Amino acid sequence: MAEGINSPAPPPPPEGEKKPAAEDRVAASTAPAKPAAPAKPEGPVPVPWTSPLVEKYRSRYGSGLNAQTYLGQDYLTVDRSLIPDILRLLRDEEQFDYCVDITAVHYPKREKQFDVLWNLYSYPRNERMRVKTQIADGASIPSSVSIWPTANWLEREVYDMFGIQFDGHPDLKRILLPDGWKGHPLRKDYGILQQDQEWVQINLGIESGQ
Amino acid sequence: MNAPANDRTDDHISDSANDVAHRAPSNLDLDAPATPYLDSNELIINMGPQHPATHGVLRVILKLDGEKVLGTECVIGYLHRGVEKIGENRTYTMFNPYVDRMDYVAAVSNGLGYCEAVEKLMNVEAPARAKYIRVIMTELNRIASHQLWLGTHALDIGAMTPLFYTFRDREEILKIFEKYCGARLTTHAFRIGGCQYETYAGFEKEVKNFLTYVAPKIDEYEELLTTNRIWLERTKNVGVISGADCIALGVTGPVLRASGVQWDLRKAQPYAAYSEFDFEIPVGTNGDTYDRYLVRMAEMRQSLRIIEQAVNGIPEGPIMAKVPKVIKPPVGEIYHSIEAPKGELGYFIVSDGTTQPYRLRVRPPSFVNLQALDRMVRGLLVADVIAVIGTIDIVLGEVDR
Repeated sequence: MAEGINSPAPPPPPEGEKKPAAEDRVAASTAPAKPAAPAKPEGPVPVPWTSPLVEKYRSRYGSGLNAQTYLGQDYLTVDRSLIPDILRLLRDEEQFDYCVDITAVHYPKREKQFDVLWNLYSYPRNERMRVKTQIADGASIPSSVSIWPTANWLEREVYDMFGIQFDGHPDLKRILLPDGWKGHPLRKDYGILQQDQEWVQINLGIESGQ
Repeated sequence: MNAPANDRTDDHISDSANDVAHRAPSNLDLDAPATPYLDSNELIINMGPQHPATHGVLRVILKLDGEKVLGTECVIGYLHRGVEKIGENRTYTMFNPYVDRMDYVAAVSNGLGYCEAVEKLMNVEAPARAKYIRVIMTELNRIASHQLWLGTHALDIGAMTPLFYTFRDREEILKIFEKYCGARLTTHAFRIGGCQYETYAGFEKEVKNFLTYVAPKIDEYEELLTTNRIWLERTKNVGVISGADCIALGVTGPVLRASGVQWDLRKAQPYAAYSEFDFEIPVGTNGDTYDRYLVRMAEMRQSLRIIEQAVNGIPEGPIMAKVPKVIKPPVGEIYHSIEAPKGELGYFIVSDGTTQPYRLRVRPPSFVNLQALDRMVRGLLVADVIAVIGTIDIVLGEVDR
C-alpha cells in the first residue's frame, strides 16, 4: 500500500496550466491532443490576481513575481531571491502583520523540489494571502523570524519535517522529533512505515518493532 | 553544569538550556564541575514531561534565579504521531476521524474545519440544515472545551471545586454528543458535504434543556472564582501579554482577545452559518490570566446565545450535499481556518486530483500559542508558570500532532 501512495505524481507547478482531472494525466502526457473525458465539468482554474498590491510589486520587481487567485484565495509566486524583501514589505507597507503559517510541499520530481509557503493575514485589511517560492533540495532560505517572531517554531517545524535550512534563524533545530532522528518525514521519499531499525535494535533490544 | 556563572543579564536561555536538555547523562561530570554550583545564582530545572500541571506531556526547561524565572524553553513532540503524514496516505474520507485526535477535547471543531476545507476545495457547500447542526455541535463543544479548561486550570492553581462542577456539567454535553453520533470525545460528527446523522428525536428539546440548565451553572463557576481573593491574587497581572505581542507571535483565540484585540474568525471571516447569528466578541483589557479567564467565561455565555438561535431557527431540508462517493477534489490548493476554542485552526490542503491529499498541513492554534509562554512568564515565579500554562489552554495532542 505504502509504495503506491508514497510517490504520487506531483501536481503541475502553479504557473503551468491546470489539467482538468487526474486520470487524464497519463493520457495527457502521451497524447496531449486528446480531449478530456466528455461531460466532465472543468474544475476551477487559477486566474490572474489583480490588485493595487500586485501592480505595485510587479512594477518594482517585474517578472520575478506571479500573482494568481484560486477559489478566491490569492497567492504570489516569488523568486527565492526576492523573498526577504517581499516579506518585509508585505508587513511594513501592506499591513500583513500576522504570519499565520509557514509550511512546505515536496515535489521530488521537480528540479526545485520544494515549495515554501508563507500564509499571511492582515488584521487591518481582514485579508489573507500566500507567498510561495521554489527552492532546490539543500538550498536554504532566509529566516523571517525578524519579521514575524512567530516564525521561530514554524520554521523549526519545516526544518524538522523537510530539512529546509533557514538562514539567520536564532535556534534552528528539530522541534517535534527527537534530536537524533534520521531523515525528514514529510518528504515524499520517506515511507510512512519507515522505522529506524538501528535505534530499535540498540535501545529496545529487539530485532524489529514492526 | 557548564552554564556561565555570571550570566544573569543574558536574555537568551537557549544555549545553556540546550546543554542540559540534550546532554546524555553519561557526560555529566559530577566530580569536577567547571563552575562551582554554589557560585551560580542560576538554576536550570525541568518541569515535566510527566507533570500533573503541564496538561499532558509538555516539558518546560526553566532557568531560574531563586524562584524567579529568567527564561524558559519548551520541549515538545512527545505526542507526535505524524498526523500530516498520515493525511497524505489516507483518502480524504478516511482521514476525517484522525483530525479528532489532535485537539481531543474539541474534536467537533477539528472535524468542522477539515470538512469545510475539503468542501471548499471541491467547490461544494453543505446544506443549510447541516450548517445549523454543525454550529450547534461546535458551540456545544466550545463550551465543553472551556469547561474542561476551567476545571483543570483552577485545579492547577489550587481550587478543586470547579473541577467537579465543570465535569458534572460537561457530562451533559457529552451525553448529547453520544446520542447524536455515538461517541463522546472523538466524535467524527461531520462528513465531507454535510452531516451523516440527522438529529435524533428530541434533540432540540434536549439542547434547549441543556441551555436552561447550564446558564446558572456558569454563574455558579463565577461565584466560586471571580471575586475569590486567592484566585485574584494568583491570576491578576500574571502572564501579561500585549495585543501587539500577541499579533507578532501569532497568538489567536481567547488569549488574543483578552489582550484587547477584538478578533474572532466567526465574525471576521464567517464560515458555516455564523453570519446568521447575533453574538458578541468578549474582549479583555489587561491581557493577564484573570482577563483570559473572564473572556472564556463570557464566551461560554455567547455560545449559549448562538446555540439558542440555531436551535430555534434550524431549517428543514437535506443534511448532505451532493458529493461523489469517492472524494476526488480537482487539482489545486486551499487554506481554510475556523475559530476553534483555542484559536485559529487552519487546514492547508494541496490536491493533485487523486483521492488522497498531496499535502495536508494543519495550522494548530495550541502549537503557536504555546510559543508565547516564554514571553509571558519571564520575571514571574515558578508557581505562576503553572498558572500561565493553564491559561494558554493548550492540548498537547494538537501541539504535537
